[in-house]
Amino acid sequence: MDFLRPASWEEALAAKAEHPTAVPIAGGTDVMVEINFDHRRPEYLLDLNRIGDLYEWEVGEESVRLGASVPYTRIMEELRAELPGLALAAHTVASPQIRNRGGVGGNLGTASPAGDAHPALLAAGAEVEAESVRGSRRIPIDDFYTGVKRNALAPDELIRAVHIKKADGPQQYSKVGTRNAMVIAVCAFGLALHPETRTVRTGIGSAAPTPVRATAAEEFLNAALEEGGFWDNGKVVTPSVAKRFAELCSAACNPIDDVRGTASYRRHAVGVMARRTLTWTWESYRGTRRTNEGAA
Amino acid sequence: MGTTGLPANITQGSRTKGGIGESTLRPDGTLKVTGEFAYSSDMWHEDMLWGHILRSTVAHADIVSIDTAEALATPGVYAVMTYDDLPTEVKNYGLEIQDTPVLAHGKVRHHGEPVAIVAADHPETARRAAAKIKVEYRELPVITDEASATAPDAILIHENRTDHHIGHVPHPNIVHRQPIVRGDVAEARERADFIVEGEYVFGMQDQAFLGPESGLAVPAEDGGVDLYIATQWLHSDLRQIAPVLGLPEDKVRMTLAGVGGAFGGREDLSMQIHACLLALRTGKPVKIVYNRFESFFGHVHRHPAKLHYEHGATRDGKLTHVKCRIVLDGGAYASASPAVVGNASSLGVGPYVVDDVDIEAIALYTNNPPCGAMRGFGAVQACFAYEAQMDKLADAVGMDRVEFRQRNAMSQGTLLPTGQVVDSPAPVAELLRRVKAMPLPPERQWESSEGADVRQLPGGLSNTTHGEGVVRGVGYAVGIKNVGFSEGFDDYSTARVRLEAVAGEPVVTVHTAMAEVGQGGVTVHAQIARTELGVTQVTIHPADTQVGSAGSTSASRQTYVTGGAVKNACELVREQVLEMGRRKFGTYHPAWATAELLLEGGKVVTDAGEALADLVDVLGDEAVELEREWRHRPTEPFDLRTGQGNGHVQYSFAAHRAVVEVDTELGLVKVIELACAQDVGKALNPLSVVGQIQGGTTQGLGVAVMEEIVVDPKTAKVKNPSFTDYLIPTILDTPTIPVDVLELADEHAPYGLRGIGEAPTLSSTPAVLAAIRNATGLELNRTPVRPEHLTGTA
Amino acid sequence: MRVNFTVNGRPQEADDVWEGESLLYVLRERLGLPGSKNACEQGECGSCTVRLDGVPVCSCLVAAGQVEGREVVTVEGLAEYAAQRSCGTGACEAGACGTESGGTSLDEARRWSAQGARGTDSQTGEGVELAPVQQAFIDAGAVQCGFCTPGLLVAADEMLERNPDPTDADIREALSGNLCRCTGYETIMDAVRLAAARQSEGA
Repeated sequence: MDFLRPASWEEALAAKAEHPTAVPIAGGTDVMVEINFDHRRPEYLLDLNRIGDLYEWEVGEESVRLGASVPYTRIMEELRAELPGLALAAHTVASPQIRNRGGVGGNLGTASPAGDAHPALLAAGAEVEAESVRGSRRIPIDDFYTGVKRNALAPDELIRAVHIKKADGPQQYSKVGTRNAMVIAVCAFGLALHPETRTVRTGIGSAAPTPVRATAAEEFLNAALEEGGFWDNGKVVTPSVAKRFAELCSAACNPIDDVRGTASYRRHAVGVMARRTLTWTWESYRGTRRTNEGAA
Repeated sequence: MGTTGLPANITQGSRTKGGIGESTLRPDGTLKVTGEFAYSSDMWHEDMLWGHILRSTVAHADIVSIDTAEALATPGVYAVMTYDDLPTEVKNYGLEIQDTPVLAHGKVRHHGEPVAIVAADHPETARRAAAKIKVEYRELPVITDEASATAPDAILIHENRTDHHIGHVPHPNIVHRQPIVRGDVAEARERADFIVEGEYVFGMQDQAFLGPESGLAVPAEDGGVDLYIATQWLHSDLRQIAPVLGLPEDKVRMTLAGVGGAFGGREDLSMQIHACLLALRTGKPVKIVYNRFESFFGHVHRHPAKLHYEHGATRDGKLTHVKCRIVLDGGAYASASPAVVGNASSLGVGPYVVDDVDIEAIALYTNNPPCGAMRGFGAVQACFAYEAQMDKLADAVGMDRVEFRQRNAMSQGTLLPTGQVVDSPAPVAELLRRVKAMPLPPERQWESSEGADVRQLPGGLSNTTHGEGVVRGVGYAVGIKNVGFSEGFDDYSTARVRLEAVAGEPVVTVHTAMAEVGQGGVTVHAQIARTELGVTQVTIHPADTQVGSAGSTSASRQTYVTGGAVKNACELVREQVLEMGRRKFGTYHPAWATAELLLEGGKVVTDAGEALADLVDVLGDEAVELEREWRHRPTEPFDLRTGQGNGHVQYSFAAHRAVVEVDTELGLVKVIELACAQDVGKALNPLSVVGQIQGGTTQGLGVAVMEEIVVDPKTAKVKNPSFTDYLIPTILDTPTIPVDVLELADEHAPYGLRGIGEAPTLSSTPAVLAAIRNATGLELNRTPVRPEHLTGTA
Repeated sequence: MRVNFTVNGRPQEADDVWEGESLLYVLRERLGLPGSKNACEQGECGSCTVRLDGVPVCSCLVAAGQVEGREVVTVEGLAEYAAQRSCGTGACEAGACGTESGGTSLDEARRWSAQGARGTDSQTGEGVELAPVQQAFIDAGAVQCGFCTPGLLVAADEMLERNPDPTDADIREALSGNLCRCTGYETIMDAVRLAAARQSEGA
């Protein structure tokens, strides 16, 4: 095993180009477990810790450019306003020690369906900034997950940052685990309201081979909200609408039975989380609307 | 803390500071908080090698061939050993039955069985070399349950059994069977107005001690070996290790290294023999440290169980009869299975008065992971089932569940189903009363001015509910655990105590082979020495095999038995010192001859408090030292047909009240409070006592809602050997645990004490389950209960 | 490979490090600092918690090569770290920086007894400088087997540094990455509350 220690992003890209099998290591929270348990013996480890750029973020007009290695602790503490869904997801990641090391780049690189960040990224809307010596490109998050622990990266590419749409409305995130802390998701659900476009987006984790959006559920809800004039009248979402939305979210799952939970439970739980997060976000939206109207 | 009913003849405390009854602090505390305390995995020796074990990848197979050539040729590798390299004819070991191969011979019987061992200059070299060993398996069908184990054509897990249970078991794939029959169940059933039945399942729990199996074996110039090891019983290890190495026991010198928890998981050998074999083969010190993955294969687990119970009661709420059948899965090797069967059967009705009983308990041989000792040892599985039954029956009778238990609670003088009289206090009803009397925690504690605090809700930080679907439930349970080794086992301990004057101060040294695994035995030994010898300065000698056996740190027995041995040795030292004093100073004061003399504050004093001499003056340059064995009252085996016999020496009782909040839609549970009341006889160290009760309670909570080793029934392979998927409670899963300690002395035991470590693990689980049933209205016949069981999505 | 970094205020160099080794392994087996514990090696138990450039991390999940040029504080250096924080001095006292070789030698392993390691009174910890949180763990009975203790101490000390007056929920959240199998956490809660109280009295 060789340990490559690039001092800059350019050096890292060059190293990855030269050694496409090199395994990038940043927080180490996935890679080191595999090494410690003898599940993986990469030929090269490519350390990204010395590349300061990866630990920074910029808040732009439309979106946040989040460096791939920004630790979850900082996301949950400092980006709660701009990225509320991701901040909530960050807070569910493992333990304080892990949140101090791990970042979104690692979740994307591993592309496990159980990665905590994915549902929040899917719901918010995001693009992955991937780069190689050949150049840089932005991969829409919807196209990023290609299979179980597989993603759209080319062998010579590294993740530099994620561009996540700034929240224009309430966002929520829930995760089911069989422990009250430090637990891998049995399943997870992210929901974002986008009042500017009058749409909702969802993200489901650990309930299909890849993280997925419940597109049919989104379409149903978009139409129902539009038809009922909910965005304007700020009424409570009809229970039958919430119920149907939840059912469609469950239907978007394609889960398996495993040691963490049954497929049937995962479908059920995603439905419950969909209904609850819709209630929480919508109540929050109504609250802000009322406040804004009161102020106007 | 309540104190009731101490007989007058029992020492209640000490006038020497730091004696029994005080919450003195741990002697190893400072080293443990500075990181200097040397655990078994911290051992280091110049020029040492690393050992590694190659384990079977399948559960049941014939070994066709093993090829170690490539592994041996790996640079940095010093030795590769298989069964063929074992030095003597003794190639098996075992606690009671020597059925466990040191290295697999021709066959593997469970997933993760040791097949070959490697020593190399770096752990990675050893791992890579082990990966190069080619083992060809011819897989056999797996036996995973009672039906497959006892089928007429079942493959025998162990052929040609010669152990002493084979004569009375109905099938060679049954390790041991113990019936307990008393009265006439058929007749009693006629008298029952209500009968309830239930089928219960207890999942496989792991001890999950944090310090992995590890140790260092150092070859000695005399051809022997020095082993630094974490274990629960040095001398039991020694008895099993030495014959395999072909060494006399005095050439295998064992020293207890720091032990990172045990809970039963270190009763059996793990890497001890392997490290010694490699050290003797290479002539170099060999260190072996399991990682967590390997640890799940490297020790036995708590027996999973299937239990069928029938309980009857009369209209006025008196138990008529209990009939039950307990099937424990012992896995591939016997380990402690026979004794677990003895406990499960003899304590199978719980702490209740019932005259007509028909119990049968068996342990199976299967291809599942071997199971053996874990805190609570057979009594845990039974308690889970009989307490569920007691709730059911109370409901059938239409009586309050606690009142129903109290009406049937045993007390001093009660006859157990084994015919044994409970001859010390058994405050079962009182413990239930106390735990029920504690104030309930406030409702809806998650509500705050800033909205719901998810940390206080089911799901915690995962943000699954802000109060939706959350229902509170309350449940009660009580249990009975035997203390000490039962069924006629010669359960003794040994203590060597030395009293001398050092630099003008009297100093006591206490030397035992007791394994300090965290329980605080070392703290208590120093307290006993202070109390008995009136000396403040006590040194606890490291535990090793240079002193006689202390027995196991299990069965809640060490404070009783090794504590008893220390007390006894101190008393004998005191007699000798007083005799020295009489010889030296007797002529100067008549009280030397006439008064009852004590040692207090470094002086010889009369019972009236008059000081006669300083201990240092009595001792002069002489040291008083002696080593003695000490035994508790003997027990006897249970009759193999009827289960009758005075099998136990002491009992321990605890009761719990669990308060839970369940997110009924998602099936997530938060335990809000787990209150415990326990009778401890005499709290030698109240701080340690409460710590034991809280720790035991939490392990019971773990198996109620999350802990389970999952074995694939098709392959008998373990599916979750890691801390990612075998979950134990975090600090966010563990509630406040108020403890009410009752002290009713057992006049047969030193200071009236009662073994305490296990009882809280028993009743905690059924109390939590009862609370979840109370919240959800579901029947819930298995533990751990998982979200799918609470949501109909299993 | 060779790795140079600072541990408990002292420069350290580890040679012949295999690239797959963790910081935990290097501390324990190469630098003679076995205080950080190897309970799970998968980031699930917190027993190996150290501070890396001030931040609590699981040292089992940090590749050895990643600590090049960085600063690590382990439980062995905690007392001194806490002392420096409270009085703002910078000298490294001996004792927290490990032995020359790796691990715990047999003589060291044999020496523990009720009299303590260096003539100290281990009943009270007198004679050994401890961080307030270390003393509180002893006093509250938060130590049983002690294997989780080093990681908990590093995590708890860091929390008290950030949040000197924590609520119970704050303590539980901060320590949710540290498993303990012996205590049921109640005495650990007591210990952290005690340390916080003593800290605020002293302040």
